[in-house]
Amino acid sequence: MNRQALAEQLAAHGYIVDDALAMSVFLALRMQRPLFLEGAPGVGKTLLASVLAELFDTQLIRLQCYEGLDLAQAAYEWNYPRQLLALQAQTRGEPGPGGAGGPGGADAATDVLYREAFLLKRPLLQAIDAAAVRAPVLLIDEIDRADEEFESFLLELLGDFQITIPELGTVKAVHRPIVVLTSNRTRDVHDALKRRCLYHWIDYPAFELELEIVRRKVPALAEHLRRHVVAFVHRLRGEDLSKLPGVAETVDWAEAISHLGPAALDAPTADATLGLLLKYHDDIERMRGARVAQLIAESVRP
Amino acid sequence: MTGAAMTGAGPIPDGDGPTAGPTAGAPLRDLVEFTRALRDRGLPIGIDHGALFAQALAYVDPLVRRDLYLVARATLVSRRDDLAVFDELFARFFGGPAAPRPQATPLAPRHDRSEFFKTALVAYMAERVDPSAREVEVPEHHKAASGHELLQHKDFAACTPAELEAIARAMRELRLDVALRRSRRRVRSRRKGQLDLRRIVRDAARRGGRVLALARGRPKLRRRPLVVLADISGSMELYARIVLQFLHGVTQRYLRTETFVFGTRLTRITSQLQIRQIDAALDHAGRAIVDFAGGTRIAECLHAFDRRYARRVLGRGAVVLIISDGWETGDPAQLGAEMRRLAARAHRVVWLNPLLGRKGYSPQARGMASALVHVDDFLPIHDLQSLHELAAALARIPRRKSARQPRHVHAPKAEVQR
Repeated sequence: MNRQALAEQLAAHGYIVDDALAMSVFLALRMQRPLFLEGAPGVGKTLLASVLAELFDTQLIRLQCYEGLDLAQAAYEWNYPRQLLALQAQTRGEPGPGGAGGPGGADAATDVLYREAFLLKRPLLQAIDAAAVRAPVLLIDEIDRADEEFESFLLELLGDFQITIPELGTVKAVHRPIVVLTSNRTRDVHDALKRRCLYHWIDYPAFELELEIVRRKVPALAEHLRRHVVAFVHRLRGEDLSKLPGVAETVDWAEAISHLGPAALDAPTADATLGLLLKYHDDIERMRGARVAQLIAESVRP
Repeated sequence: MTGAAMTGAGPIPDGDGPTAGPTAGAPLRDLVEFTRALRDRGLPIGIDHGALFAQALAYVDPLVRRDLYLVARATLVSRRDDLAVFDELFARFFGGPAAPRPQATPLAPRHDRSEFFKTALVAYMAERVDPSAREVEVPEHHKAASGHELLQHKDFAACTPAELEAIARAMRELRLDVALRRSRRRVRSRRKGQLDLRRIVRDAARRGGRVLALARGRPKLRRRPLVVLADISGSMELYARIVLQFLHGVTQRYLRTETFVFGTRLTRITSQLQIRQIDAALDHAGRAIVDFAGGTRIAECLHAFDRRYARRVLGRGAVVLIISDGWETGDPAQLGAEMRRLAARAHRVVWLNPLLGRKGYSPQARGMASALVHVDDFLPIHDLQSLHELAAALARIPRRKSARQPRHVHAPKAEVQR
């Protein structure tokens, strides 16, 4: 398979890429490197991971990041209630109070407690679990929401595809997972993490590409309306706004237009549905009325 | 597709594996030179990137320029802001317009050197480099102590170069402890906090299965990020140099500092101030700044900050310091709107105004009054003493974001804002 074939297969699963993204995905797969996707919200970063899972007919393991995310929720946790029960059982079985300090006491307890049976596997450990039949897709979503401590923990996983559990040993992937990391760039992620990945900035799609995406996602929308919708969104992205509309917003809006069913895209319709494209009150206020009317006029001009 | 195939040559099984070495297309030397040129322009490229690049070329036809471009970009670029430089250098090395990028990041405007040499910062640096200037009255040790006292209350604007030098030394000892916030992480604690079951079980295992003590964890405290926006326009000229020195010191000791300067446009100088050597740091900062000692358009610059950086640097309960005399040449109403937006994102907004140290000053300057409504602390920054006050104010910032009280501005009602 080459880059073009990969792009076609992704398209067959409803995900349209330009050649730059196709190359990054291709190399990530070929060289078994994690893919670091950065870009504005709503350009399809997360979607790519689920489409890859579909394409390779494998499991998608998703880890949503947030501040304070730690090992216990991301990688593994010991099953403490069961451990404590096991401890009690063991203590009771021993003869007299001398047993606690007796020879082998501590070692015996350690052996009992730190077994795989007592290990709760969270997404990261699941992704490199030897029991899996085939490599899963691991999506580490919105890494910019996690904190620096978590990033440094990821280094071992992304560099060597392994996780070290102090009480048990090192777990290494038998099948290397396909790893996709996403970031909305609410902060800069450390270089050490990026160095272990292939970096790709996903921009807003070019006009023709977005037209094709809308055609596939909202087939009910008439051809001329589709052009006008995409043209309007592209003009909107040239405006001075707090948050520009992403592809997801374009698709939502196209769907709304198709339900409303106007014969032609006009300013009142756009005004009334502006909330689907712009998510900040300030932005809506800034655009509504004259500015929208002007952009619509430019967009529907033949 | 089987698992075995995935572990072999990657998830895409393919008959024709690596075919051509990197030398098949552009000579290897060109590729090495290209990588070096990127590094010289500040792209963070390590040896491993070069290797990755060469390795990746094996999977495509390096004779196809578009393939070469895409592979180089996928392996060598790791920041969006570097894409423009990358495109420019690629075109220079391998010819042609590299690739039409939709919405390409505009390149920073070329720095006009003649303009640069007129700036006050350069004058200041020349002073420092000039050996004769260096010899001026280094105070004797016993004098230094009493001189230090006097300097505490001497307005920066009225200081001689030698005094500024002494102030700069004193500033180096100033500690800036930005208030803490609760992070979501936990650290060990003796008595308070949630039970740390992992530790309890581990301790018990060591003691043959007996739980003898309950380990606990409480939220870890972390310093808030500090974001500084400093005015370096003409009206701030007398303060700008000392403020930059101050910011260099802050950045050196407190790494979570983001610094921007503004006059008619906004410039991020965080990375320049991270250079340890102060002369080199200020020199680099000076090169980055294109509008030193010009006019002021505060609202416009805050707007640029909001659009380009706010989302990236104002997370995690940041404390914002604005250093400006509030002499806005634009629309005061717009400044108010920008300040409202900034205040909504920041944990606390501190406005430092050197004029506040002058007797009889009241903030009626265009813009200052409208901005003040959205400011939590309004403090002077004109002498050493005021820097100590700033340190104290930052240390006592409350953990919870305070509801901003519209500030009472001591302005005679009759006076019309000019």
